[in-house]
Amino acid sequence: MPSDVVIRTLAKLLIPFVMLFALYVQFHGDFGPGGGFQAGVIFAAGFIIYSLVFGFKNAKRLLSSALLRWLLSGGLLLYSGVGIACLFAGGNYLDYSTLASDPVVGQHIGIMLVELGVGITVFAAMAAIFYAFESSDP
Amino acid sequence: MIVPHLPIIQVVIPLLAAPICIVMHRPLAAWITALIASWLTFAVAVWLLINVLNADAPILYSLGGWAAPWGIEYRVDTINALILLIVSGVSATVLPYSLASVRHEIPLRQHHLFYAALMLCLCGLLGIAITGDIFNAFVFLEISSLSSYALISMGASRRALTSAFRYLILGTIGATFILLGIGLLYMVTGTLNMEDLANRLPEAVPSRTVFVAIAFLTVGISLKLALFPFHVWLANAYAYAPSVVSAFLSGTATKVAAYLFLRFTFGLFGQVFSLSELPLESILTPLALIAMLLGAIAAILQTNIKRMLAYSSISQIGYIVLGFGMASQTGITASMLHLFNHALMKSALFLAAGNIIFKTGTANLDALSGIGKRMPITMSAFLLSGLSLVGIPGTVGFISKWYFLLAAIEQARWLMVSVIIFSSLLGAIYIWRVAEIAFLRPAIEPYSMKEPTSSMLIPTCVLAGSCVYFGLETSLTVSLARLAATNVISVEP
Repeated sequence: MPSDVVIRTLAKLLIPFVMLFALYVQFHGDFGPGGGFQAGVIFAAGFIIYSLVFGFKNAKRLLSSALLRWLLSGGLLLYSGVGIACLFAGGNYLDYSTLASDPVVGQHIGIMLVELGVGITVFAAMAAIFYAFESSDP
Repeated sequence: MIVPHLPIIQVVIPLLAAPICIVMHRPLAAWITALIASWLTFAVAVWLLINVLNADAPILYSLGGWAAPWGIEYRVDTINALILLIVSGVSATVLPYSLASVRHEIPLRQHHLFYAALMLCLCGLLGIAITGDIFNAFVFLEISSLSSYALISMGASRRALTSAFRYLILGTIGATFILLGIGLLYMVTGTLNMEDLANRLPEAVPSRTVFVAIAFLTVGISLKLALFPFHVWLANAYAYAPSVVSAFLSGTATKVAAYLFLRFTFGLFGQVFSLSELPLESILTPLALIAMLLGAIAAILQTNIKRMLAYSSISQIGYIVLGFGMASQTGITASMLHLFNHALMKSALFLAAGNIIFKTGTANLDALSGIGKRMPITMSAFLLSGLSLVGIPGTVGFISKWYFLLAAIEQARWLMVSVIIFSSLLGAIYIWRVAEIAFLRPAIEPYSMKEPTSSMLIPTCVLAGSCVYFGLETSLTVSLARLAATNVISVEP
C-alpha cells in the first residue's frame, strides 16, 4: 500500500466524485448522453482507483469475489427479468409499455431498470477483469 | 399464451441459464441448470418446428413491440427451424455427456464458468439462426464467438490457449468484415431488417458499395465457416478444445455460419444476383472442391484423432458450400441435408473420440492399438458414424452424398461428380485407418480399462444410432430440407 499522503488524500477526494458522476451518467442517461455501460465503467474506475491506492486486500473486503459473482449475473438477470415481466404483463419481450398503466411511464420504468442492469453487470465485469489480473482466482 | 412468444423463449432460456450457472457456483448445480436449460431449449425448438410446419408461413415476433423495419424482428421459417433443431439437439445430447467429461478435463473451480460460457454460446448460435435483423445477427455472432474462444481455451493442454488465441484473431477479423459489410448495406438502404433489405437491395444493386458489401460479407462469413483458404483456425481449435466443446462446436458453429451464408447470398442479395451477375459461383465451387480434397488428404496425414476429425470437418464444409454453389434446388436440398447429417456424424465422432481420450489419456492414433477390444461400444459407435461420414448406404452420410451426386449429375458436371466420389473414398481411408488400428492390431498395453461411464456412453450411442435411424427413415429430414430449399429459391426476386 503506498503510504504517500498526497496520493491517499487525493484519492479520498476524487473517488466520491467519480462515483457520483457515474450515478449521474446512469440515471440521467435517458435525457442526456450516457447510460448503463458508461456509468458502469466510470463506477468501476472509481473502485479500481480505491484498490490501487488502498490495496487489494481492502478492496476485497469491500467487494468479495462471491458478491462480485452475484453482481455480475444479477445485472443480466435484472435485464432479462424485466423482459420476462413484460411477457407476463401481456406484451412482447421487453415491451416496457405494459409495465405501468400509462405506457409512457412504463417505458420510463423499463428503460431505467434495464440500464441499471447493464450498469451493474458492466461494473462487475470491469472489477472482475481487475481481480483476475490481481490474483489467479477468477 | 406461450405459443406466440416461443421465438423469444428459445433464446432467453440459455441467456437466463448463463448467469444462473455463475450464481450457483457449485459444479453440479451449474451442470443441472445447463442441462435443464438445454433440454427446454430443445423442446422449444421442436415445438417451433411443428408450429412452422403447421402455420405454412414464417412465424414473426417483434421485440419490445416495435414493428418490423424499425424494431428487431425474429423470423422463423423452415430453414431457421431446422437450424434451431440442429443446434439445440446437439447441445441437448452433449450436456449429459459433459458431466463426467468436464469433471475430467477442467478444474472444478472453473466449472460454473464453463457451463455459463456454453450456455452463452448456445444462446448466440440460436440467436443468429432466429433473428431477422442483420445487426442483431452480428451481435449474436459476437456472443457465440467470444464464448467459444473462452470454451476452447479451457482445454486441458496448454496448446488450447494458442489455438484459442489464433481463433480469436481470425474470428475477430471475420466478425469485423461482417460488420463492415452490414454497415455498407445500411448506408445504401437505410435498413437492417432482412426482409426489408431483400426488397430494397434490387434498386441499389448496380452500386459499387453493394459489391464491396458482398465482398466483405462473403469473406467474413467464410472465415467463420472455415471454408478452404480460411480454415487454418479450425484444426487446432477443435483438436485442443475440451471434448465436449469439440463435439458441440463441430455440430453447431459451422452449421450456423453456413446458414448465415445461405441467408445473405440467397435471401438478401437474391440468387440471380449473387450467382449470375457476380462470379460468386465460380469462386465458391473451386474453393469447395479444393476444401473437399485437401481436407480429406490432411485428415489422412494426422496422427491425432481429434485433429483428424477436425480436418475431415473442413472437407465436409466443402460439400456444404458446393451445394450452395450449384444454386439448384437439389443442390440446396443436399446442403441442408448435409448440415443436419454432418452435425449428427461429427458430434458422434467427437464424442467417441472424447471417450477414448477420457480413458486412455491420449489422442495419439498409434497408442490406440487394439482399443476396439477394450471399448467395443465406443469404437462401434465411432465406426458406425465414421462409415456414415464415408457414405455407406443405410447411414445419413449416404443420403446427403446421394443428393450431392444427383445435383451434380443434374447439371452434368462430371468433374464435381468425380471429386465427390474421390473425396468420399479418401474419407474411407482415414476412417479405415482408425478401424484397423482399433480392431485388427493387438493391444500393445494391458490397459486396465473398460468403457467410460454410461452418462458418456449413452449420448455417444444416441448420436451414432441416429446416424443410422435418419439414414433409413429419411422422410422427415429430406422433406424438411426440400421445403427449406424451395423457401430459399422462392425468395428470388
